[in-house]
Amino acid sequence: MTTTVAQSDTTDSPYALTHLDALESEAVHIFREVAGEFERPVILFSGGKDSIVMLHLALKAFAPAPVPFSLLHVDTGHNFPEVLEFRDRTVAEHALRLHVAKVQDYIDDGRLRERPDGTRNPLQTVPLTEAIQQHRFDAVFGGGRRDEEKARAKERVFSLRDEFSQWDPRRQRPELWSLYNGRHAPGEHVRVFPLSNWTELDVWQYIAREHIALPEIYFAHRREVFNRAGMWLTAGEWGGPKDGEPVENRLVRYRTVGDMSCTGAVDSDATTLDAVITEIAASRLTERGATRADDKMSEAAMEDRKREGYF
Amino acid sequence: MTGTTSPITAEQISATTLLRFATAGSVDDGKSTLVGRLLHDSKSVLTDQLEAVERASLVRGQQTPDLALLTDGLRAEREQGITIDVAYRYFATARRRFILADTPGHVQYTRNMVTGASTAELAVVLVDARNGVVEQTRRHAAVAALLRVPHVVLAVNKMDLVSYAEPVFAAIAEEFTAYAASLGVPDITAIPISALAGDNVVEPSANMDWYGGPTVLEHLETVPVGHDLTGCPPRFPVQYVIRPQTAEHPDYRGYAGQIASGLLRVGDPVTVLPSGRTTTIAGIDALGTRVDTAWAPQSVTLLLDDDVDVSRGDLIAPTAHAPAVTQDITATACHLHERPLRVGERVLLKHATRTVKAIVKGLPYRIDLSHGLAHEENPVALEVNDIGAVVLRTAEPLPVDAYAESRLTGSFLLIDPADGTTLTAGMAGEAFAARPQAPAAATADDEGWDF
Repeated sequence: MTTTVAQSDTTDSPYALTHLDALESEAVHIFREVAGEFERPVILFSGGKDSIVMLHLALKAFAPAPVPFSLLHVDTGHNFPEVLEFRDRTVAEHALRLHVAKVQDYIDDGRLRERPDGTRNPLQTVPLTEAIQQHRFDAVFGGGRRDEEKARAKERVFSLRDEFSQWDPRRQRPELWSLYNGRHAPGEHVRVFPLSNWTELDVWQYIAREHIALPEIYFAHRREVFNRAGMWLTAGEWGGPKDGEPVENRLVRYRTVGDMSCTGAVDSDATTLDAVITEIAASRLTERGATRADDKMSEAAMEDRKREGYF
Repeated sequence: MTGTTSPITAEQISATTLLRFATAGSVDDGKSTLVGRLLHDSKSVLTDQLEAVERASLVRGQQTPDLALLTDGLRAEREQGITIDVAYRYFATARRRFILADTPGHVQYTRNMVTGASTAELAVVLVDARNGVVEQTRRHAAVAALLRVPHVVLAVNKMDLVSYAEPVFAAIAEEFTAYAASLGVPDITAIPISALAGDNVVEPSANMDWYGGPTVLEHLETVPVGHDLTGCPPRFPVQYVIRPQTAEHPDYRGYAGQIASGLLRVGDPVTVLPSGRTTTIAGIDALGTRVDTAWAPQSVTLLLDDDVDVSRGDLIAPTAHAPAVTQDITATACHLHERPLRVGERVLLKHATRTVKAIVKGLPYRIDLSHGLAHEENPVALEVNDIGAVVLRTAEPLPVDAYAESRLTGSFLLIDPADGTTLTAGMAGEAFAARPQAPAAATADDEGWDF
């Protein structure tokens, strides 16, 4: 729903949109551009909040017709069971088509090898690229936001990838006005980021405004966790804890949802959307800084992963 | 002003507007310091980001955190100590959400300034109070004017180094305002600041009692945003046709798009371009809600009274104010790619939601932004970062507005048909508002461009 901002303390035109309406309109425009210009688009859908918001926007963009895209999930094999259940419920509810590329399959037949640190996040790139090639997807929607990370701040809305999914930041196309250039050669594809201009807070405010359902692990709950490198990781079959890492029962919630081996929970008593929004507005850490071990590896960790074809 | 220094509550941020703005200035003008201070003092730089910058600065042997490292996100940028690409930054106060396009100011990066300014409603141009208006300042003003950025702020920085002297500021403000106004910039605000000391950036300065205007942040928070709908012709480029063909919606046929300009109302008589067929707006779906009116930049779905042929690439406009369609476009171009643009070149032209073949018929002149906008007549080519006039012939008629009338339906891209490279950004009509206005999309007469 569109609402205009009360004129009490601004000099805005009565037709100025609220920031959420402006961001929603921009994202819907991006979805429709892709539907108009590409043959086989797909939405990357992990069951995380950003991909859930993407799907919600796509549903609104094409209503009352169904979403003209299928979904793709790269399953690390270390995903949270609550999130996988949520993913499958959502797919069934909207009668969508879901493709799953499994890192575990690649490890089982030897095409990928487990890393010494146990994290499977970097291993997603090969299954992702091969799924894109196999299904001949030409546009791949990702939920990446420019506020997440400084390499992502330089990413275009339409980001051209070669047949190896590689990103070359020096050869990006300038993006002006709302004119997106989606031309690509056979074998190439375009990564599309409809949430480029959203912040973490915008995403949560939008979830609250639109009453969007989320997996329960985004809200405070009691969980068996252990501390590794300053982050609370969930104890589980994926490999934690090691000796000397005591397990505690703590009240936590997840700010991001990814591979269990490198996604940390934060101490929180926020059990409602309003409480989560208040917590985020007051937080002094970015969501990746607070919860992602793999981004702490080096100053250019994200840029390097992106160059190789990561989300 | 309230709330800029205390954390924002959920209620406060529920209904703010969005301002997209761009900054231009060279490193020596203190642009990074200004941007860093805006982000830092609005509490948009978080602890882990600041720690990362501090670590990286120490590795480089710098004693104080180099705030430029916040925005220089690429390895090559950090290694070379320069900003290569536009960086988008996000921050919020209790009153507004901001999207900042931080563009490098060097002459080689005109294309980045043009890119950042293309979506901006406001541009901040920085000058060093000791140097005053220099050639680069004129270049920045010219780019803002060319891209029709409605609001320009001149931030006269380093006032602490000129003893906070009012006459120094007044002279620079007067010179810049006269120049920018001559280019057609409609709203110019000059603010004396010291980004380093914090004077007039977020908090009012205690050192410049003679200045009674807003701080930079106060101005960003209160400058009017949103489209002035009066006098803006409604424009609706069709992106996609929604036809569910389901049992529930057997006959639904909606035209999806984002309103590029103006306001649309149910019952408006409209013309579909380029076909010229006329009909009436029967309904407007605003993402799930039926409404009677909708306006830019809302994304909506239009329902039309008659079963007319409408598809992606068409433009719906009020019958009384429909743009002329033409195959001959005269425009101001900024060339974006290392491969030069030459007369005779065959390109693709993307205008709104339609892409057509086009040929470069002429390059009447190149504009030297640094030397009083001198024209170099009939250049051999437009090189990267060049700005000049271009005459194009398109394979199909297009409803192109003058860029001065409508930024989104007066702009276009030229694309290399061989590899899809974005070559050139185009703005239909004359470059600067102060010069006599050419009619929308120029004339269909090949000889008509010798203005």
